[in-house]
Amino acid sequence: MNEVFTKSMARNIFYGGGVFFILLFLALTFDTVQQLPKLDNRAALTEQVAHGKALWEENNCIGCHTLLGEGAYFAPELGNVYQRYGNSTAFIKAFLMTRPKEGVPGRRSMPQFNFTAEEREAIAEFLKYSSQINTAGWPPTIQG
Amino acid sequence: MQYQSQMVAKPYFIAAIGLFILQILFGLIMGLQYVMGDFLFPEIPFNVARMVHTNALIIWLLMGFMGAAYYLVPEESETELFSPRLALITFWVFLGAAGLTVLGYLLVPYSTLAEITGNSILPTMGREFLEQPTITKIGIVIVALAFLFNIGMTVLKGRKTAITLVLLIGLLGLAVLFLFSFYNPDNLVLDKYFWWWVVHLWVEGGWELILGSILAFVLIKVTGVDREVIEKWLYIIIAMALISGIIGTGHHYFWIGVPEYWQWWGSIFSALEPLPFLMMTLFAFNMVKNRRRNHPNKAAVMWALGTTVLAFFGAGVWGFMHTLAPVNYYTHGSQLTAAHGHLAFFGAYAMIVLTIISYAMPLLRGRKAANSALSQKLEIWSFLLMSSSMVLITLLLTTAGVKQIMLQRMGEHPLPFMQVQEQLAIYFWLREGSGMLFLIGLIIYVASFFVGNSEPEAEVAA
Repeated sequence: MNEVFTKSMARNIFYGGGVFFILLFLALTFDTVQQLPKLDNRAALTEQVAHGKALWEENNCIGCHTLLGEGAYFAPELGNVYQRYGNSTAFIKAFLMTRPKEGVPGRRSMPQFNFTAEEREAIAEFLKYSSQINTAGWPPTIQG
Repeated sequence: MQYQSQMVAKPYFIAAIGLFILQILFGLIMGLQYVMGDFLFPEIPFNVARMVHTNALIIWLLMGFMGAAYYLVPEESETELFSPRLALITFWVFLGAAGLTVLGYLLVPYSTLAEITGNSILPTMGREFLEQPTITKIGIVIVALAFLFNIGMTVLKGRKTAITLVLLIGLLGLAVLFLFSFYNPDNLVLDKYFWWWVVHLWVEGGWELILGSILAFVLIKVTGVDREVIEKWLYIIIAMALISGIIGTGHHYFWIGVPEYWQWWGSIFSALEPLPFLMMTLFAFNMVKNRRRNHPNKAAVMWALGTTVLAFFGAGVWGFMHTLAPVNYYTHGSQLTAAHGHLAFFGAYAMIVLTIISYAMPLLRGRKAANSALSQKLEIWSFLLMSSSMVLITLLLTTAGVKQIMLQRMGEHPLPFMQVQEQLAIYFWLREGSGMLFLIGLIIYVASFFVGNSEPEAEVAA
């Protein structure tokens, strides 16, 4: 680079640009948080749903599945699993209950977590709540 | 090596390589589970293998960054490290915490680990990459504070250079942003929004500063180009990284329940994210071309050039491929994402750590400038093998991703996830084969530390 463009100019772009974009990011974040109540389905956020989220985390479900497209790519997307099986929590609960302990020979299988009926209900309700977040039309198909 | 206290970098580098090996072994387990679903089930289910794979990566990169800082800051600051003793204590604390955490993942069910570590008191577990028990996270914060204190005091008492300043800002950003891992609201959208402040703002913010400053340090050493020139490049590269990367966080905000204006902000700014990586490549090649001297450590020069090229392709090109919202609508959370993740992390971060190790380790082991010709030859072979097999893995996962998107997310009759996975088996098998090649490269890499030690140092051809 030529002598017209000096190191101190480069340094000023770094500090100036960095600070400016941090402030812009904070401003956008502030606006986002203001708008969230319209989008994030918080009305459905019951204690049961919160319990479901805790179970989701304490069993590391994200280690195989995606939720709203984020997570691991080993098992199906669950952000719309509620809609995929007939807008119902029945399938989710039954699926959790019937996983074989020793897996399925040669195939991927979800572990048997031995959840109680109440826990299965909470997880299903959490997935129902997640499925009703406004995700701008994602995923493109029901298959996730 | 000019200062005795730089020696504390050595255990960090050795531990980094050890965890790198662990990461690759678990990567191979996961790769096999993709095609043999019941492999090691239920003893090591996929999610456990994945935690070890990703967490070992994060820890070995952090170990590498810390080792790099302990090595380069005394030399840049022209003074001994503030406290070598503290650096060694934090090393053992960090390694101990990492070891116990991995054992916890492997020996007990994750929910049991959550229970015995008191996750319900301050729930932070079970989110991607932040799976560590809360007490481990607190340990990481304490280690980071002690480390920053040590490095900060060293910088304060010595010469201040752009390289140490940028490194310090990057490390500070890394530590501050990690605090968001303790914020885990019940509201999934808020949870995801701020989760990215750790994950994205690390890799496309703070870590890029660390990457830039390590690269600048090594280039000054191996090319002898004037510091003024190199530091000017450094500033402009990291300026571009922040200008594009901070608002570029928005490319993770397309489909998680936040306002749709993020599709514009995220698409436009993240489309600029390849620029700092392109500039880094131009920078490294220019400096080597205009070098004032030939350094006998050819392997280190190779790693330095290689990291910029693969970072540009992995983070830059493969990131751009699916960063525009209308494209990302179809690609989000597919094998294409995995392809990008692999080449970006290897190119930008694994390879910069291998660069500083390649430069510093011979000096830490008592060489004057470089390893023997034989040892370097092995190292360069390992560089070629690991790089090309990672490119292969990326191409295979990209192909699998495109096919997955076409079958599962397009057309009149999209197929269920598991049916699509079965159709991708051939790519997953080939990926596993490429992973084996990578492992061979890694074995050669480790061997390069043990071979040719009794031979004389490589010298610059006249």
